[in-house]
Amino acid sequence: MLIQNGNVVFLNEVKKADIRTEGRYVTQIADSLTPLAGEEVIDATSRYVFPGLIDMHVHLREPGFEGKEDIASGSAAAVKGGFTQICCMPNTNPVTDNAVVVSYIINRAKEVNLCKVRPIGAITAGENGEALAAIGKMKQAGAVALSDDGKPVMNSQIMRLAMEYASDFDLICLSHCEDKNLLNGGFVNEGRNSTITGLKGISRAVEDIMIAREICLAQALDLPVHICHVSTYSGVQMIRDAKKNGVKVTAESCPHYVALTDDIILSFDTNTKVNPPVREEKDRQAIIAGIADGTIDCIVTDHAPHKATDKNVEYAQAAFGISGLETSFALCYTYLAEPGVLTLPELARRMSYNPAKILHLEGGEIAEGKVADLMIADLSKEWTIDSASFVSKGKNTPFNGYTVRGAVECTIVDGKVKYSA
Amino acid sequence: MLQRKDLIDLNGLSEQEITAILDRAEEMKQRLRRGEKNGTELKGKSVITLFYENSTRTRVSFELATAYLGGTPVHISASSSSVQKGETLIDTGKTLDAMHVDAIVMRHPMSGAPVLLAKTVSAHVINGGDGMNAHPTQALLDMLSMREKFGRIRGLKVAILGDIKHSRVAKSNLFGLTTMGAEVYMYAPKTLIPKDMDKLGAHIASSREEAVEGADVVMGLRIQLERQQGGLFPSLGEYSKFYGVNENLLRLAKPDAIVEHPGPVNRGVELTDGLIDGKSSVIEDQVTSGVAVRMALLDMLCNAR
Repeated sequence: MLIQNGNVVFLNEVKKADIRTEGRYVTQIADSLTPLAGEEVIDATSRYVFPGLIDMHVHLREPGFEGKEDIASGSAAAVKGGFTQICCMPNTNPVTDNAVVVSYIINRAKEVNLCKVRPIGAITAGENGEALAAIGKMKQAGAVALSDDGKPVMNSQIMRLAMEYASDFDLICLSHCEDKNLLNGGFVNEGRNSTITGLKGISRAVEDIMIAREICLAQALDLPVHICHVSTYSGVQMIRDAKKNGVKVTAESCPHYVALTDDIILSFDTNTKVNPPVREEKDRQAIIAGIADGTIDCIVTDHAPHKATDKNVEYAQAAFGISGLETSFALCYTYLAEPGVLTLPELARRMSYNPAKILHLEGGEIAEGKVADLMIADLSKEWTIDSASFVSKGKNTPFNGYTVRGAVECTIVDGKVKYSA
Repeated sequence: MLQRKDLIDLNGLSEQEITAILDRAEEMKQRLRRGEKNGTELKGKSVITLFYENSTRTRVSFELATAYLGGTPVHISASSSSVQKGETLIDTGKTLDAMHVDAIVMRHPMSGAPVLLAKTVSAHVINGGDGMNAHPTQALLDMLSMREKFGRIRGLKVAILGDIKHSRVAKSNLFGLTTMGAEVYMYAPKTLIPKDMDKLGAHIASSREEAVEGADVVMGLRIQLERQQGGLFPSLGEYSKFYGVNENLLRLAKPDAIVEHPGPVNRGVELTDGLIDGKSSVIEDQVTSGVAVRMALLDMLCNAR
C-alpha cells in the first residue's frame, strides 16, 4: 500500500512524505514514492497521517454486558475513532481475572478483525481487592496490564504485593484512585454545583488520597505505577512533583476532563455522570497544563458505553460513564492541538506513542520497520457530534451537538484498511 | 403571572414571579380564613400526588389545596424501594400522562427526579421535594408567613440553623429569599454545611450568636437522628447544647422576630419547647400558608393564559 502526499506526523515533526507498507509493516518513507504495479494507493493530499491511536483505557463490556457493548461494536467504534489498539478493562462478567477470559477476549477480537484488542487483567480476584488474581497466567495469555478499574484496591498491603508480583511479569498496575470510605456515596464533583443541585459530591481528596498512596508505594518500592483518569488539579500537582523526584509514575486523563466542567450537571442530564466526575475550571486548566508539560502522559477515553435504560433514570441511579471512542480524536484536536496547547507530534505522543511505551506495545510511531498502524485525518473538517450516528452501542455522551474539528477518514491496522469514512 | 409548565426550583424564578405567587397565595389564605373552601379554579382538573417518600403536611396540603379549588386529588404512594426495581419513573410518568392528569406533584428521595419527570410528561410538574435539591413550595410558604408578618421580604435578616447540608428547604429558601432581597445567614456544624454554600449568596456565620443577632426570622431545620448515626455529630445532646436555638439565643434577635420551622420538629434538639410554643413561633401559621401557596400555584400553573 502507498499513502501519498500526506502530512506525516512523526515523533518530532510533521513532514510531507509518502509511506509504503508491505504486509504488517511500514517499509519505506520518502519525500516521493512511485506506485508499484498493482499497488493500492491512498491519496492523503491535505490530510494528516498519524500513528494509529492507542487507547489504554476502554470498557468493551464483553463478556457479560453485551447489551451495553461487545467486542465487535466496540472495535468498530475504535477504528471509526482512529484507534488501532485498545486495552480493555477487566470489569466484565465474569471478571477478567484469569487466563480463560483473557484468551476469550483476544480470540473474539481476532474474529472481529478490526483493531487490536489488548486485555487488561484484574489486580485482585473478582476485583474484590482481597487476593491477587492469576497474574502470571493472564500475562501468558496476553494481558498487557493489571487494573481493578471501577474499584480501588483499598488495602495498601494488597496493592504493594500486586505491584511487586506484577513487576516479575513486566506488568504495570493501572490504579483507579478512589478512597471508598471518603467517597461516601458521592457521584458528582463536590463544590458549588453539587450544592446547587443537591447531588451528592465527591471531594477531590477521594481521588488525591489514593494518588498519593500510589506515589508513596511506587517511591518506596522503586516500581512503576500508572494513575488512571486524573481529574483533580491537586492530583496533577502531586504527579508532577513525584515525577520530578524520580518516582516511576505515569498518568492519563480523558477528553471530558479537558473539555468540560461540572457546570454541565446543572441540567441533571445523566450523560454527564462519569467517575471520577468532571470538576471545576481550575481542575480543567490543570489537566490541560499537565497534558501540555507531560505530567499526564496519555489521553485515554475511559470509553464506558451504556444502554439508554442505564442512563434514562434518576441521576443518582444512572450508570457512570461516557461513550468516548468516536469523539476522542476530534475533541483532543479541537481542545488541545488547535488552540496550540499541543503540537501535532505531541498530540500523537499522548494518544499513541506514550501508551505504547508504558504498556510495551508495538506501534506508537511512524517509522520504517514499524508496524503499519496508521490513521489519516482531515484536520480542517468541522463536524457536529451526533450520538445517534455512533457505531458503539453506547450513545451516552455529554458532547452531543458539540461542533468539533478534525475528522478521522481512514484507519489502517497491520497494513490493512479497517475503516474508511 | 407564572408562564411556566413546571415548578421545580426557586433558583431561576424572578422576583416578579415569586411576588405574583405570594400575592395570589395571600388571596387564597384570606379565603381560608373566611372558611371558603368551595373554589372552582381547578374544576375538572386532576392533580396527582406521587410520593416516593413519606410526608404528611406537604401531601395533605396539596390534596386539600386541590379539593378547596374544586379539583380531583389522587394520591399515589410509591415506596422508595420501588424506585430501585420495577417501573421506572419515566414509565410511571408516561402512564399518568396517558390518563390525562393535569398536574403531578412529586416527592422523591433523589435530587433532580422531577426534572426527569417534567421532561417526560405533558402534565404540569410541581416539585414536592427532591432529595437534597429543592423544596420550592416550602420556601414559598415560609416567605408568605414572613411577608405577612413584616409586610416585606426585602431587607429582612433570616437566620437558618440546623442540618443545612441535607436540606432542600434551606437551599430553596436561600434562592427565594436572596432573589427577594433578604439576607440569609446560616449556622450549623461544619459537617452539616455543604461545600461552597457561601458562593451561592449565604452568609455562613461563625457562631449561632452571629447568625441570630438582629435577625427578623429564625428558622430551625430538622436534625435527623440518622445524621448522628452517620457520625456527623456526636449526639443529639451535644447538638442542642452547641448548635440548638433556645430562648437566650432568641433574645439576640429583633424583638418582633418570628421563629419558623418546616416541621416536623425535634423538640429540644434544633429548637427548645419554649420557642416552638412561644409567642414568636409562626410554625402553625406556616401550615396554613402551605395550603394557600399550593392553592395559588396549582391555580397559576393549571390556568396559565
